[in-house]
Amino acid sequence: MAKVKSLADLKRIKEEVQTKIKLRENSDRPEQVVQVKVAMATCGIASGAKETMNYIISELEHQAIDAVVTQTGCMGYCYAEPTIEVTLPGKEPVVFGHVDKTKAEEIIEKYVKRNELVDGIIPVNYKSI
Amino acid sequence: MKELALHILDIAQNSIKAEADLVEIKITEDKVKDIYQIEIIDDGKGMDNETLQKSIDPFFTSRTTRKVGLGLSMFKQNAEQTGGNFQISSEPGKGCYVNATFGHKHFDRPVLGDIAGTVLILAISSPETEFKYTHQTADGLYEFDTREVKQELEGVPLQHPDIKKYLEDMIHENLLEIRYSK
Repeated sequence: MAKVKSLADLKRIKEEVQTKIKLRENSDRPEQVVQVKVAMATCGIASGAKETMNYIISELEHQAIDAVVTQTGCMGYCYAEPTIEVTLPGKEPVVFGHVDKTKAEEIIEKYVKRNELVDGIIPVNYKSI
Repeated sequence: MKELALHILDIAQNSIKAEADLVEIKITEDKVKDIYQIEIIDDGKGMDNETLQKSIDPFFTSRTTRKVGLGLSMFKQNAEQTGGNFQISSEPGKGCYVNATFGHKHFDRPVLGDIAGTVLILAISSPETEFKYTHQTADGLYEFDTREVKQELEGVPLQHPDIKKYLEDMIHENLLEIRYSK
């Protein structure tokens, strides 16, 4: 049986990764990068926000898009979970609803990369309780 | 929730919201006593007694965006459905302790699910909070601490796909080593 992976071997992977990427100091200048917030409250988690978030994190890294992906609480759109809020540099935040993997891919391809609007935007003038 | 890992992800959000520096997730399996125990301990700002009493009420939440708060109540209900029990205790300034015990062999106990992914997504999305995950079975103990991991990584982002994949595999393989129950 192969050796069980441990923290000791993490160094090797770390060095491989280090040579692949230039270290990006995203968090120091969040206003210049794409910010994605995934709603991860009970309603979001129950609707699959974890898969959505995993997908967005890996896809943005794969495509080397400078982005900060964080989580947020429930925005009051429980009916439309999983929801994400995307803020492009210098733009107003936009909230998208029903974001599964397919939708997330569409948002990254069209909105994040080409700045085209896609279906599924929750208008901000909607006020909940 | 379909998986215990999702419950953990949900309850840990409370700890993050309470500005905890360290969140401990402890899973203890005991097949002899028929126990699958999940403890979530944080050092956040805690709750006063009145809030604590209301915390398991599904119609109470500290949020203003909606009127219900189902996280803790569903966790409690799920534990009790499997013949287990649920406790929560907290004091202002002293953090919070949540303990849910499930019947290990009970038919209604949800599967553990993707615990490795849960711990990593918590660590990635809340970089200011540290997480310590321990899993105890009859065959051994496994500990995963984001403080140790971050020390090894020396600033290389946790969310890089290669690193994330490696850590996920690492947790999974170590859990198999101690023969954890799904």
